[in-house]
Amino acid sequence: MSSPTLPSSSGAPGSADSSAVRRNSKRPKYSKFTQQELPACKPILTPRWVISAFMLVSIVFIPIGVASLFASRDVVEIIDRYDIDCIPASNRTDKVQYIQSPGDKTCIRTLKVPKHMKHPIYVYYQLDNFYQNHRRYVKSRSDQQLRDNSSASDVGDCKPEDMINGSYIVPCGLIAWSLFNDTYSFSINSSQNLTVNKKGISWKSDREHKFGKDVYPKNFQSGGLIGGATLDPSIPLSEQEALIVWMRTAALPTFRKLYGKIEQDLEENDTIRVTLGNYYNTYSFNGKKKLVLSTTSWLGGKNDFLGIAYLTVGGLCFFLAMAFTIVYLVKPRQLGDPSYLSWNRNPGWH
Amino acid sequence: MREPSGRTKRKIRWSKLYTFSCFRPPNTDPVPIENRIGRPGFSRVVFCNNPHLHRMKPHKYPTNYVSTTKYNVVTFLPRSLFEQFRRVANLYFLLAAVLSLTSLAPFTPPSLIVPLVFVVGISMLKEAVEDWHRFLQDLEVNSRVVKTHIGDGVFVEKAWQQVSVGDIVKVQKDQYFPGDLLLLSSSYEDGVCYVETMNLDGETNLKAKRCVEATLGLNEDATMNRFEASIYCEDPNPNLYSFMGNLEFENESHPLSTAQVLLRDSKLRNTEYIYGVVIFTGPDTKTVRNSMKSPSKRSRIERKMDRVIYVLFSMLILISLVTSMASAVLVSSQMTSWWYLRLQDKDLFFSPSKPVLSAIMQFIRALVLYGYLIPISLYVSIEVVKVLQAVLINNDIQMFDEATCQSVRARTSNLNEELGQVSIILSDKTGTLTCNQMEFRKCSIAGVSYGGDLNEVDLAASRRMNSDMVAYRSSVDESDAMSQGIEICEFPEDDIGNQMGYVGAPEYLESLNLKNQKISDVHRESSIKGFNFQDDRLMDGQWTRYSNVYHMTMFFKVMALCHTGIPIEDDRADKLKFEAESPEEVAFLIAAQEFGIQFCKRTQSVMVLKELDRDSGSVLEREYKLLNLLEFSSSRKRMSVIVSTQDGQIILLCKGADSIIFERLADDGKSYEEATSSHLLCYAEDGFRALAFAYRTIERAEYEHWDSVFTKAKTTVGPERDELLESASEMIEKDLILLGAAAIEDKLQKGVPECIDKLAQAGLKIWLLTGDKKETAINIGFACSLLRQDMAQFHLSSVKDSGCGNQSEAILAAKKALVSQIESFSQGIQVENKKHMPFALVVDGQALEIALRSDVKDQFLRLAVECSSVICCRVSPKQKALITRLVKEFTGKTTLAIGDGANDVGMIQEADIGVGISGMEGMQAVMASDFSLPQFRFLERLLIVHGHWCYKRISKMILYFIYKNIVFGLTLFYYEFYTSFSGQVLYDDWYMTAFNVLLTSLPVISLGVLEQDVPSDVCHQFPALYQQGQRGICFSWKRIISWIINGAIASLIIFLSTIHALSSAAFSEKGNVADIAHLGTITYTCVIWTVNCQIALVISHFTWIQHLFIWGSILLWYIFLLAYGALPPSYSNTGFHVLTEAIGRAPSFWIITLLVVVASLLPYFVYMALQRTFYPMDDHVIQEMKHCKKDVFDKQMWLREQRNSKRTTQVGFSARVDAKTHHLKEAMQQSGASIYRSFTNSPIYKTLRSSPLFQ
Repeated sequence: MSSPTLPSSSGAPGSADSSAVRRNSKRPKYSKFTQQELPACKPILTPRWVISAFMLVSIVFIPIGVASLFASRDVVEIIDRYDIDCIPASNRTDKVQYIQSPGDKTCIRTLKVPKHMKHPIYVYYQLDNFYQNHRRYVKSRSDQQLRDNSSASDVGDCKPEDMINGSYIVPCGLIAWSLFNDTYSFSINSSQNLTVNKKGISWKSDREHKFGKDVYPKNFQSGGLIGGATLDPSIPLSEQEALIVWMRTAALPTFRKLYGKIEQDLEENDTIRVTLGNYYNTYSFNGKKKLVLSTTSWLGGKNDFLGIAYLTVGGLCFFLAMAFTIVYLVKPRQLGDPSYLSWNRNPGWH
Repeated sequence: MREPSGRTKRKIRWSKLYTFSCFRPPNTDPVPIENRIGRPGFSRVVFCNNPHLHRMKPHKYPTNYVSTTKYNVVTFLPRSLFEQFRRVANLYFLLAAVLSLTSLAPFTPPSLIVPLVFVVGISMLKEAVEDWHRFLQDLEVNSRVVKTHIGDGVFVEKAWQQVSVGDIVKVQKDQYFPGDLLLLSSSYEDGVCYVETMNLDGETNLKAKRCVEATLGLNEDATMNRFEASIYCEDPNPNLYSFMGNLEFENESHPLSTAQVLLRDSKLRNTEYIYGVVIFTGPDTKTVRNSMKSPSKRSRIERKMDRVIYVLFSMLILISLVTSMASAVLVSSQMTSWWYLRLQDKDLFFSPSKPVLSAIMQFIRALVLYGYLIPISLYVSIEVVKVLQAVLINNDIQMFDEATCQSVRARTSNLNEELGQVSIILSDKTGTLTCNQMEFRKCSIAGVSYGGDLNEVDLAASRRMNSDMVAYRSSVDESDAMSQGIEICEFPEDDIGNQMGYVGAPEYLESLNLKNQKISDVHRESSIKGFNFQDDRLMDGQWTRYSNVYHMTMFFKVMALCHTGIPIEDDRADKLKFEAESPEEVAFLIAAQEFGIQFCKRTQSVMVLKELDRDSGSVLEREYKLLNLLEFSSSRKRMSVIVSTQDGQIILLCKGADSIIFERLADDGKSYEEATSSHLLCYAEDGFRALAFAYRTIERAEYEHWDSVFTKAKTTVGPERDELLESASEMIEKDLILLGAAAIEDKLQKGVPECIDKLAQAGLKIWLLTGDKKETAINIGFACSLLRQDMAQFHLSSVKDSGCGNQSEAILAAKKALVSQIESFSQGIQVENKKHMPFALVVDGQALEIALRSDVKDQFLRLAVECSSVICCRVSPKQKALITRLVKEFTGKTTLAIGDGANDVGMIQEADIGVGISGMEGMQAVMASDFSLPQFRFLERLLIVHGHWCYKRISKMILYFIYKNIVFGLTLFYYEFYTSFSGQVLYDDWYMTAFNVLLTSLPVISLGVLEQDVPSDVCHQFPALYQQGQRGICFSWKRIISWIINGAIASLIIFLSTIHALSSAAFSEKGNVADIAHLGTITYTCVIWTVNCQIALVISHFTWIQHLFIWGSILLWYIFLLAYGALPPSYSNTGFHVLTEAIGRAPSFWIITLLVVVASLLPYFVYMALQRTFYPMDDHVIQEMKHCKKDVFDKQMWLREQRNSKRTTQVGFSARVDAKTHHLKEAMQQSGASIYRSFTNSPIYKTLRSSPLFQ
């Protein structure tokens, strides 16, 4: 490409300058980032790393697993399933009919303390096969209404428990409507009354921010169909802790909810007498009802899963570490051994 | 071309590819133009010098504004939205967003709409920015200025876009034509002008255009004042090679043809100025009509990704079906007894009496619910990543060309990873491999070759022989083990001395000599353009001392007289510059000038030479009367001039292809034939274009007789004219006396042979497609080592049809001949294959036409794919495109087309990746390309480094993306088993929104932009790594399925662990039990940890950016949770104080996180450890070598592996050196004597002599 030279030579230096400037401006600036030369660490899985990673995991996991298991074993738990036993034998053929009929449904249960239980002892009721997490159920509430006195009319999602005879229900919705209504009262060693503290069983943030201090139950359970417990219309919702706990919908169909706390220690072989009001209908859907008394550890209630899982993973990693050690001892592969390169392994592939 | 102008561009495009002009009847039109004017297709009227007449109907034509943008202000929104929602995934999310406005969806509207708007918005923004750049480019073209007549003979500069039909424009030398013009007159008296049409057809020789005689006088500004005429011509059409019209001027009608039409985008050369009338503007011009819309290309990976998305969609539908079925069964059976739900028939989702309806509703809801399986942000993340990758490619300093101030540009960013999968490169020649610059390199005069006889291959081979020798010597001596491992097949470097330092004194001296020679080479290159010749025997007038000075003089006279060039004054007093039709002639003229015979003047009939006089030693000016000029043509392959000297002698000087000249030698003119032809062979192997020179003296009587015959032939009108001329020239071009031959190097661009070598080692095949002559193409094939002497060359050419009238018969015959050729070659390959003989296929355009017909093409392509290199010459742009398409379809491999001119546009658009060379002036190829390079040599880095990286990055990124969405999406599904398939969502809506947009997007982008499996220098050193991309192993279905399974396992581990760890028992010391919010948050935390740690396992190259993004993302989740929890409960819903009050305080939360993360990553980690241990991939091993610094400590191994990794290749420089070394060794083993004979001049000879072997 022979480009003709310009006859005027005077312009040459100027143009050379400008082209130099242009050159500089067009030239990409050097930076480690744009040239992809940023300092980097390039970890690779060397045998040593693999074995130490597995070892590290097992070293960390096995103690945690043991600690978790101990924590879980320390928890003393009394579980009493009462849904069948609390129905008189004569009514057991049609439990639903029994539970739906009016009348006294008091039932006495006797529990034996297997081990010393340190206070606080938490009292739970446990329901089985109860889908609190069903979409229709979960949605059937109005947070606005619960929080704010002036939003009583905000019952959009609460159908069919939204209104009764033209006036709004507070708290509306299926969750509140189906509030658990079995009652428990405890006495220890057949005489001494055992107080159950029902305060402080809900989350503080719920009491203070989600359930209004000036919101009182209105028209609750006044319709034809009664779901569960009734509420005292003179107590604001923020103090109705049983409701607040109930309104925290459980994630799984088997769940426990806090009923109260026993704030005294129980000794081994103490007998606890529970006077139980069996009102709640779980019989329609074959749900079990259980009463649970449990202490807690730093990890919570009695649950061996974490400990076992930690021990399993830790053990597996230990095994893997051993296995890889043996592999590397038996069949050592030198790092960066060129014979593993594809062109050396199968020379015919070219 | 009689295509109605109304046809769509698309049709034209197909017709361009499938019809071959050569088989069309010649354009002998029985209907005279006059009868066609005004008919359909010929209705255009142009009023010259009256542009205002074209401002209203019926002669209103489009303006000269040319637009290449995709959108304008109005159409941007609808069109780009349409483009966005053509993607199935986006459409799905749009539907989901619409559904979210109804009660159908399980989420709140913002959680679906926000990500969609975000994703689509970013894509549209990218489109807008890209289109804006196109607009700016248009603006640059449209605002170029041209001098336009505004009346009274006054010309002012107007922007191109303001030029309208009928305007008279004055175009200056080296300017482009603003539209299609009718040439009125030029600075030459005879109204000729020269046009360079490289942008249109890639041809580099200048074309002469000539105005009609009537307008010849209009060659000054002032004369334009009163000029008025009208043009009646054809309607706008895309045919570049035809034009029909009439010029009505001064009441006379003058027929117009292509000779008068100057097309837009061609350039005025060698002519000071021209005047022209604008006939076609803007979209009507032939170039614009010819240009096709660049097809939007998608990479292989992206197309496969679409299929992966379909797989995910089927997964989605499957689990949605499971959900809806199960839900319906439960609704109609058990759920009625769940009194607390108060099921009513009004609730369509849970209507006990209409289970089918509720199943359908549940199905729709589930489709939306599990939408997280479909990675909504995948497309946008890929787009962002690719733009960033393109920025990095654009900013690579190592791909910046100092000479042209250009760097590599990724013009479309969506093919970055395709660069890593290329298998076949289809390359143009002129301007791509060569710089379109001819250099005089060597000559053979009177049987002696001048200009040195070593080439680079010999040098490299001899160097390797030297070092082999050293290795041998040291193994004998056992003294120096070091030298054994010295790399020996590197390219010759400037610093030979250093490399050779250990060789020992004689070799070292020898190499010093070479070094000096090299340096002087470089020095000379810069001094004279077009002349790269060094031989003291000829320079500085030394040749006048030789005995055969007469032949020498004649040789130089052929160079100085037998041409069509003209001298131009230069600022240097004694040296002239030249312009000629072909650059070869310029090179010859410059060489002649350097040798002392300067062509200094040409008039119509006289050529003047300044000759160095042998006797006096002074410079004499001699006149030669030009009697006849027998022009060069591709069929004649020779050119002659007949001149008479001052003393009345008539001589014919002839240059041409050796075979043609040798045929025509006189019996006494063959004295140098043997020597010359052996030299010619050497020149050809070096890739030089050689022309043989000959002369004869003619008796005056003979000349006069011949002249009358010739003149008669010239004046004959009619079809037999050509034949007569041919036989006339045969009469005189005989009994020639051979002078010698001259070798011209079509100069390769810098670094081309090295680049081709590297690409070949990486397993790429290179096809050369050129419009040039077969000889030139083969020359270049040799020059860039695509061909070598010991290769079996198959020449596929069509037999000249014997002129039988019936066309279809001729085609049939040609086809038959071709098929038999192909068959015999294929058999040849099968026979020769056993001998490891490399093959090359050379096809010419005519043969290609037949070969690419549907019934032969498979056979042809099968043959072509077998060959190591394929060279197609004389191919038209359409054929280039067609070959590209067929190769792409036949082999199913990724093709890359590279070219610089408008003739390559078709091929560039057709190939999977189109690369344009931007250093040249034309922009068409660049505009049509996906990547533009300033120089061919950058292709190596672009493919082997950036292509490889981008391929790995994008593959890893997509696989990870699929994984992460499956991990997240399936946890939602598993939860449904515990909610009686009611469609309850485990997570808070805002968590879900944040997942793709906020919490996992940045790490994956850093993976896509910054990941490097090996550093760039290792990519260069181990070309074999590139083959991972060619074989597509990083994004194979095996890997995709494995990652899907990995995702499913991880999500299962996460979900089961969390629900069992958070069983009904209390999870904190305070005795609280977990509800949906707690379970959701904890599970979500585990998901975030898992996917972010997983990417840390995937990444093998951590800069601070990756660390920041990965660990930052995890941290961000906690920050998000804090911030979200701090919002008033009406906004934060279940997230209120969830971290601070509930789970954050419980040690079990943290313990669960640790357990789940480790457990869910364990399967992948074990797999990776096993793979690395037992089946490491190449990049793993190389990483390890680098890690152990083996490349430093065990240099010998490092270099050996580099060599081994190179694919054994038959083409490329190294292959040639290998072959040569092999050849030399054989020769050495046979006998010493033969070496003496064949390599007396080479350093090998001297080395051998001083080596212990010979002592």
